[in-house]
Amino acid sequence: MPVEVVLLDILEFLRELCRTAAVRGYEEPSCAALGRLWGPWLDETRTTRLGSFVGLARGRGPEPRPRFAAVAHLDAVGFVVTRVEDGGFLRLAKVGGVDRRLLLGQEVEVLAPGGPLPGVIGAKPPHLSSGEERKRVVPVEELYVDLGLDPAVVRERVPPGTPVHYRRQVLTLRNGRVSGTYLDDAAGLAVLAVALEELRSLGHEADFIVIGSAGEEAGRFAGAVTAASDVRPHAAVAVDVTFGSYPGQGDPTGTFPLGGGPAIGLGPNCHPILTRLFRTVADEAGIPYGLEVMPGSSGTDAWGVQTVCGGIPTAVLSIPLRYMHTPVETVSLDDIRLAGHLLAQAASRVDWAFVEGLSCFD
Amino acid sequence: MLRLDPGPGRPPSDLLEELTQACSLSGDEGEVRAVLRRWLGGTVCELYTDNIGNLICRRGQGPVRVIVAAHMDEVGLVVAGHDDSGLLRVKESGGLDVRVLPGRAVLVGRPKVPGVIGAPAVHLLDEDEAERVLPSRELYVDVGARSKEEAAEVAAPGDPVYFATSFERLSDRVVKAKALDDRVGCYILARLLLDPERENLTLLGVFTVQEEVGLRGARVAAQHLAPRLALAVDGTSAADVPGVEPPQTCTHLGRGPAVSLMDGTIVMHERIREHLVGLARRHGVPWQYRRLTTAGTDAGGIFLERTGIPACTVAVPCRYIHSPASLADLDDIEHTLTLLRLLLDSLDKGEFEP
Repeated sequence: MPVEVVLLDILEFLRELCRTAAVRGYEEPSCAALGRLWGPWLDETRTTRLGSFVGLARGRGPEPRPRFAAVAHLDAVGFVVTRVEDGGFLRLAKVGGVDRRLLLGQEVEVLAPGGPLPGVIGAKPPHLSSGEERKRVVPVEELYVDLGLDPAVVRERVPPGTPVHYRRQVLTLRNGRVSGTYLDDAAGLAVLAVALEELRSLGHEADFIVIGSAGEEAGRFAGAVTAASDVRPHAAVAVDVTFGSYPGQGDPTGTFPLGGGPAIGLGPNCHPILTRLFRTVADEAGIPYGLEVMPGSSGTDAWGVQTVCGGIPTAVLSIPLRYMHTPVETVSLDDIRLAGHLLAQAASRVDWAFVEGLSCFD
Repeated sequence: MLRLDPGPGRPPSDLLEELTQACSLSGDEGEVRAVLRRWLGGTVCELYTDNIGNLICRRGQGPVRVIVAAHMDEVGLVVAGHDDSGLLRVKESGGLDVRVLPGRAVLVGRPKVPGVIGAPAVHLLDEDEAERVLPSRELYVDVGARSKEEAAEVAAPGDPVYFATSFERLSDRVVKAKALDDRVGCYILARLLLDPERENLTLLGVFTVQEEVGLRGARVAAQHLAPRLALAVDGTSAADVPGVEPPQTCTHLGRGPAVSLMDGTIVMHERIREHLVGLARRHGVPWQYRRLTTAGTDAGGIFLERTGIPACTVAVPCRYIHSPASLADLDDIEHTLTLLRLLLDSLDKGEFEP
């Protein structure tokens, strides 16, 4: 398969999912997009009660088959409108770990019930701010969204609770790098797409279940936890993003170069045998990877999934991403392709013998 | 009326949009100059550039010589060098609020290569670091290059870096764009130059260079054009936003042109200022005073030249100037144009002499 074709597909996939990403509670457009984009490789699809997307690629083995799940999240960090000020300015509250340093002057989209409205995040102008104020990051409470609309129109169209997001954009940089708004975790969803495509020709014993989870960024991993309880997989891997090596950093520990392959998590959230499967497959297939040490919570859906249904063995696979939780999150398409390849190869080896081995700790 | 009739044989286009999408840092104003040349070529008496790069458009040849100045340059970033990992180091061009830089999509150099201004993930920083405004020396542009050599292929030191902001109508009246300071002025001046000639005036439309770095183009133009009086049309801060009390708001969006009393470079010529206010009152044009005494405009560059040139600034209120996305009210733009037309008419009829 010519590499260019794969790259182009991934880029289109990212564009689509970056466009639909939204804060917790507004994942429906992303579910619809996954139905379209993952659909061709799936035998069954549905949306769970809490808004996660679940798809099944049936295995070739005889029933009952083991179930192996891969989960990437649909939701994104953002804001909700808390109040409309005199003059029609919108006050905001954060949803998830928004980077406060770069809110000033950002373009946003207010997802009003009647249709999205473009706006700009403003604050008291610099010439009216004291020297001290100009050196500090403006607190979210002092920021507002300016829609350039008549205040009466704003009050009518924008009820409190309306979600607000960065203006979505996807840029192609050099060397197959892509910068976009909400690549966390469109990149993970794209890895699952690459794996689904490869598994179609590769073949797999176990049922391969893909989950687009709701509400990862909002805390408590609500969408993934409930979807896992629903699907009851025998093993699961969370595919998320991790810190790409970034310019000007001192100690490189815990960051991964863009284009150097995915990072495989190590720690209490990462089942040793399942994790060994990923490492073995990568070594055998010559897929480059990094090892990400996670001494506590992985901060991914795997952390929630691990402790439901009497315990589910989990692993964490991550795409290096620069500038996390900014509107210009940057990844390498190569890493997505490599991670998808790794995931497909690993999933194809999951059978009953492997699943039974998962409870045999040293 | 936002859309200008471009004349026979030319595709219809929106001049304000074209002007704001063009990129022109101080000293590198070629793109805006090209847009204006295309629009004004063949419609004014004379169109030429001077030694510093001002674009001068003469309309009419009456005895009263009037400069109307609008600056072509905008604030932005410039490539300062490359580092080993393939990043571009940048410096500010003009008075940029550095707080707005991280997390920003940009276009690099003339080929407009896409890039981003990144910031280390907030998760990796301690609490103090996460609260700190990043100074520009710690910022960089990431175009995806993997080595110093590759980065050098993309952009050379001195190449411009612009904000990738699209022009957009937010409502019937409000537009969003980069560089509204001072493309609104360029737009208004272009419209003035397309008016019929006024018999007694020589209208000297000056699209100035290097305003943002010290009003330098305007000074040069005033020296060789020797006008009787000068008006600067600029964009000015509108701080009519939450957290700012009325005396400090400077101007309000939608309340008409802002007549300046003084700024950091000039106390406006009192008789021109009074005349502008009188005209606005008599003709029912909404107007407001600019309630800020700092910053500078081309009027401040012009008035000290030769033996002294009476000068005043009329400004269009713009929210978030010197940031990547600013807002202006189209009615304010039209009313500013109306007020300047009234002034030129009164000069033409001899009703006013400074």
